[in-house]
Amino acid sequence: MGLELYLDLLSQPCRAVYIFAKKNRIPFELRTVDLLKGQHFSDAFAQVNPLRKVPALKDGDFTLAESVAILLYLSRKYETPDHWYPQDLQARACVDEYLAWQHTALRSACTRAMWQKMMFPVYLGVLVPPETLASTLAELDKCLQLLEDKFLKDKDFLAGPHISVADLVAITELMHPVSAGCPVFKNRPKLAAWRQRVEAAIGEDLFQEAHKTILKAKDLPPADPAVKERLKPLVQVLLH
Amino acid sequence: MGLELYLDLLSQPSRAVYIFAKKNGIPFQLRALDLLKGHHLNPEFLPANSLQRVPVLKDGDFLLTESVAILIYLSIKYQTADHWYPSDLQARMRIHEYLGWHGDCIRSTFGVSLWAQVLAPLIGIQVPEEKLKRNRAAMDRALQCLEDKFLGDKAFLTGQQVTLADIMALEELMQAVAIGCDLFEGRPRLAAWRQRVEAFLGADLCRETHSVIWSIRELAANKKLPDPPPEMRSRMLLRIARIP
Repeated sequence: MGLELYLDLLSQPCRAVYIFAKKNRIPFELRTVDLLKGQHFSDAFAQVNPLRKVPALKDGDFTLAESVAILLYLSRKYETPDHWYPQDLQARACVDEYLAWQHTALRSACTRAMWQKMMFPVYLGVLVPPETLASTLAELDKCLQLLEDKFLKDKDFLAGPHISVADLVAITELMHPVSAGCPVFKNRPKLAAWRQRVEAAIGEDLFQEAHKTILKAKDLPPADPAVKERLKPLVQVLLH
Repeated sequence: MGLELYLDLLSQPSRAVYIFAKKNGIPFQLRALDLLKGHHLNPEFLPANSLQRVPVLKDGDFLLTESVAILIYLSIKYQTADHWYPSDLQARMRIHEYLGWHGDCIRSTFGVSLWAQVLAPLIGIQVPEEKLKRNRAAMDRALQCLEDKFLGDKAFLTGQQVTLADIMALEELMQAVAIGCDLFEGRPRLAAWRQRVEAFLGADLCRETHSVIWSIRELAANKKLPDPPPEMRSRMLLRIARIP
């Protein structure tokens, strides 16, 4: 059994791993873990990741969780082109810096924006107070400003002149609020231009393929009562 | 001008960087900031174009933020002992795996007690009890996971030797321990891990690095903490509001 990647393309970090593996023609078996159906709570999956989260990787006996760890593992093991995670000390530090910042800043804002604007009302039938949504969108806005001013600046890509794993992680994050109808790139020409470059570097077909699931999320029929009951306590934290 | 590190030892990630640099004998100029005085908002105290946060590394013209990025940079540039950030792929990835989970479940979770007991009262705010209750539950879950899913029967979090993961974890937990939270009560394996990490780092270095956080409660009680300026107050209010 070769490399297995346990993913749900509903999730931002899963999309980054998927795009990276496909773009670099890394051979893997896709094991889909449907989060909305609660498949990440199965005993079988706990053998792969006891933390019960996706993405997860299984390479022979070696299992690994957390998207940054998985991306770096794949880049080293499969010796992907240097620009993805450069050897140069400073260039690589720029990638590390972005990956660290985004985890506790942009990721949170993007997840909450998507859930509060779309998943809660449409899928779970939960009313989100307008002040909560407004505050989340304001926070998202601040993160986008930082992304432009402190990371992208006048470069073509986040960590330099070439695409890196930082850009994959960023673009898949931003597609979350985009899928909920948030005008992330409106009035942000610099960011919009970066997005075009990233999509072109990834390839339109692969980009669309990776985002098919999330872009269709707004058309999901409301969850049935059993699913609602199960999901509500788990996503409470996203209501703040 | 050699390596400069902009740090406030009140901050967990600042301490991780400080303790790593010191332990490894990495020569640097310490640029000490006082976050409570709003130094990080003042261009006089931080290099231009930084994110108004600490820690910041300045190496010639090269500026770097984010403690994890700084730690990795230092470990490679100064060729620290392999165990800190092993060249073995799987061992190295265990550290990144830990740090991913740490970002979600440890970072900011263990800082809430300091906000509740010292920082919020400094600006006349009381953190609601229901938030504190949720935080205690979150700390409990995180410690359980730290013990069961990461430490297990190993000497350290990702293997048999100290790594960057251990100092990142230790400094977050210290934020709560130093103001009286008995995190290790009933957790002998974690308590033993903590002893091992501190023994490895050395008592003197730990004392030096942790002196600010250990004395913060007393300073507050004796009204010796600075009065945060207005621009700090508004940020502090925002931060308190974000406590889940």
